[in-house]
Amino acid sequence: MRFMMFMYPQIEDEDWNPTPEAVAEMGRYNEELQRAGMLLSLDGLRPPGEGVSVSFDGEGKATVTDGPFTETKEVVGGYWLIQARSKEEAVEWANRVPGEACRVEVRQIFEMEDFPQDVQDAYEGP
Amino acid sequence: MTEATRAIEAVWRIESARLIAGLARMCGDVGTAEDLAQDALVVAIEKWPETGVPDNPGAWLMATAKNRAIDRMRREKTYDRKREEIAHDTGALFAIERSDFDAAADEEIGDDLLALIFTCCHPLLSREARVALTLRLLGGLTTGEIARAFLSSESTVAQRLVRAKRTLRDARVPFEVPRGAELDERLGSVLEVIYLVFNEGYAASSGEDWIRRDLCEEALRLGRILAELAPAEPEAHGLVALMEIQASRLAARSGPGGEPVLLLDQDRSRWDPLLIVRGRRELERAEELPGPLGPYGLQAAIAACHAAALRAEETDWVRIAALYDALSQVQPSPIVELNRAVALGMAFGPEAGLELLDQIKDEKELANYHLLPSVRGDLLEKAGRSEEAASEFTKAAALATNDREKELLLRRAEGDG
Repeated sequence: MRFMMFMYPQIEDEDWNPTPEAVAEMGRYNEELQRAGMLLSLDGLRPPGEGVSVSFDGEGKATVTDGPFTETKEVVGGYWLIQARSKEEAVEWANRVPGEACRVEVRQIFEMEDFPQDVQDAYEGP
Repeated sequence: MTEATRAIEAVWRIESARLIAGLARMCGDVGTAEDLAQDALVVAIEKWPETGVPDNPGAWLMATAKNRAIDRMRREKTYDRKREEIAHDTGALFAIERSDFDAAADEEIGDDLLALIFTCCHPLLSREARVALTLRLLGGLTTGEIARAFLSSESTVAQRLVRAKRTLRDARVPFEVPRGAELDERLGSVLEVIYLVFNEGYAASSGEDWIRRDLCEEALRLGRILAELAPAEPEAHGLVALMEIQASRLAARSGPGGEPVLLLDQDRSRWDPLLIVRGRRELERAEELPGPLGPYGLQAAIAACHAAALRAEETDWVRIAALYDALSQVQPSPIVELNRAVALGMAFGPEAGLELLDQIKDEKELANYHLLPSVRGDLLEKAGRSEEAASEFTKAAALATNDREKELLLRRAEGDG
């Protein structure tokens, strides 16, 4: 099974650029994941101030807003996509995330087989 | 199982292989190392629910295992035992007392892990024993889980494990990474074991049994660990590439009723793009290393060719035929020739495929293999020789063991489908 670990750093936009020490520590963690054969993919995101949000009103109308997104309490700073043998194992990996004040959210990925057949049939991929 | 026990189990699955590997280096025997690691787990299950999981659970488990080892050996020394056994254990005790696991560099831990992989896949052991021992010591699977995965009984697996560990101990198999000429042969066994685990999960067409997908993922995990530890081995990367790309098709390879869907009929939108990208990257690693691709690398290159075609009609069959040609030279086998015939037929027309089939039609290995007449029938049909094709499909249907396949072949014999 696969899990997405979203990292929500509790920092301001101007603190978004991490220090060399923090990067080194994160690098060690990422390497540990990789050496364990668990890491599928990971990325760190540029600050929300550079982001754009597109919201829909439910009637097909889209509104584009430039970041930062003052109305949202926290924003994603990065993610890991990992393979794990149980939810508990994914949580244990989340427990080992180094560093600053942050929140790591662990979410299991839907696999195609998790959906009922009619939903699977309706899917036309890329 | 309580929440706390499940959390401990998760820590255990992350730490156990490294723990067993480190202990095996100290005492020279994987069976003893596993016992010691288990002792430490028992202590953790006792203590952690109250104290919480320690900050560095790996180091905690190792320190605990070492203390247990020392207790155990001191106690056992007083019993009436053969002198050489005592000498052996005293040596191990000395090594354990002096060793400093906490200070072990990543590189050392990596070497221990690699030595553990090679030991579990030692050629002295039967293939089944290698697979079971690898899943047990490197994957942290229970005997029950291994039994379920391989459709055998728990007691059979337990016995197999006990016997394997005894064989290694009796033969005094050194706990080390083989060097030089021995390395190639031993690496072959490791790759074979990992691919066997993968195929055990992949071959079952039914998606009902969750442990099947787990086996594929476990094999991938072991393969990735191996490729990290032995980055200069092109076939380690080749195998990972092959497994990643094959695993990308997991959701597409069986239909709603669990029936197998052949590669060319699969809904390619269900192929997992992430795993394809990962597979291709791993294949590039294999290609960047000196020397030509080995059998796993070539199979991965073929799989990558299929993955590159968004629709089956876009498949680059000329390249696939060339890759099968290369594969048949490094790993000649009638099955490879059969696949090469299919590729030739697709690339250069049915006659080219039929010509090759004529050369292998008397191979013993293919005598009762339904795919030989089935492929022949397919090529004959494409060549417009429908009567001959029908007779081949009838032959194939008689040989097929899977009911669904039999049915499909009979329909084709009647010129339908």
